[in-house]
Amino acid sequence: MGEGKSGRASKKQKAASGPSPQYVEEPVLPENLQQQQDYVTCGDALNYNVSTADSAQLFAALGIDNSWSFKKFKKDFRVVINWVKGMDMEFELIGTSPAVANALRRILIAEVPTMAIEHVFLVNNTSIIADEVLSHRLGLVPIRADPDLFESKAGSERSTEKTTAIFKLDIRCTWRPDKTMANEKVMSAELKWLPGGSQMPEETNCQFEQDQREVVGPEGVSLVHEDILLAKMRPGQEIRLEAHCMKGTGAEHAKWSPVATAWYRLQPEVMLLKEVEGAQADELAAELPGLVTVQGSGASRKAAVGDARQHEKLLEKVRRLSGEETWRGCIELRKRKDHFIYTIESTGVLRPEQLFTRAIDILVAKCDKLLEHL
Amino acid sequence: MTVATGADTGATFALEDEDHTLANALRFLLNRNPNVSFVGYSIPHPSEKVVNLRIQTTGEISAVEALRQACQSLKQLCGHMKATFNEAYTQYEQRQESSEQPMAQG
Repeated sequence: MGEGKSGRASKKQKAASGPSPQYVEEPVLPENLQQQQDYVTCGDALNYNVSTADSAQLFAALGIDNSWSFKKFKKDFRVVINWVKGMDMEFELIGTSPAVANALRRILIAEVPTMAIEHVFLVNNTSIIADEVLSHRLGLVPIRADPDLFESKAGSERSTEKTTAIFKLDIRCTWRPDKTMANEKVMSAELKWLPGGSQMPEETNCQFEQDQREVVGPEGVSLVHEDILLAKMRPGQEIRLEAHCMKGTGAEHAKWSPVATAWYRLQPEVMLLKEVEGAQADELAAELPGLVTVQGSGASRKAAVGDARQHEKLLEKVRRLSGEETWRGCIELRKRKDHFIYTIESTGVLRPEQLFTRAIDILVAKCDKLLEHL
Repeated sequence: MTVATGADTGATFALEDEDHTLANALRFLLNRNPNVSFVGYSIPHPSEKVVNLRIQTTGEISAVEALRQACQSLKQLCGHMKATFNEAYTQYEQRQESSEQPMAQG
């Protein structure tokens, strides 16, 4: 976060003091246009300057080249990792466009493949939960298996150890001698992986040629969570089934999405548009405690704004105040259009940093596929 | 992919099995190409997996070349983004290792 702040400060200085001597030949955008390019202004009723889809010739009349160049991108682009907690992470992409940030977000949600239960072969289900409801619940259980080690199965072809991972659920609820119930709750831990393949290969059209450990390695295929409640039973009821996992993407069904959510937001900044002095400064500081502080003393005391990221809960109030008569033209909420605060919450199948690099790989693969046809 | 209409400087590309994900990223890069005078895309029907990408150039390059450049730029961008991300992540991990007690690591 510290790095992000210093980068912004230096840019602001440059805009204020005009072109520095060594760049004198390069024309600089007027400050108001630069601000429109860099920031979305969050008004009380609507946002201004939201567009980023502008052309290379936008500022041609001013002698400014707005075209995309790798050199420029390489100079400006930065990544800051804020935190990684378990299967969640937050990081900042600085100096890229929403077109790319959004492409990666869409790929994370819908196009990074995972394994999920796709077919459930029920042998017996005398529990109260209906077959189709139970099957749906099973589909949503996250499966820990590296999808890169599996192949997608096409239509009606026979399942093999390269396309399908199989789990068995065989459980019966009974009375214990002390009149308590055994297996009253069916947890996901009861799903047992079958590395040798289906135990009813004729019915399931499944034939393994070798032990699946040869494909996936010694750690095998397991469940991300062993404590998911799948069903509840009463004594005498039983569930017997085989669940077949296949490779797929979130585009087809959300059960294959590797993320609970992946989202981004823009870097917020609060600006004072003019000097706020004296009693008005006290009033503003009282409205926005912590974010606005009063510097100096006596009649010349002034309001100063702190880091917006440290006072997120006050930002919507800033937006509201900026539309009120007292504060209109004094304070403004802005968001940087090229600074994305990116959050990935993985379901646990793959680590979030792995997911992000895989999403980039998928975007590259899309380009390669297109280039092949040109 | 099929090139549907137009002469060298203008073409509509039908990108099959693609959606906003790729089309919008390409549109962004093509817009920022000084040799491209117009670019836009549409998805004619939400249940048909196809994007129509229209490119018109100012004449210096063909529309196919413009699209090729955009693809290559996007690949370059992705390559640098991945490298920068991996570097930042490695640095983050090192920071965590040096600042945390061994017991606190998960």
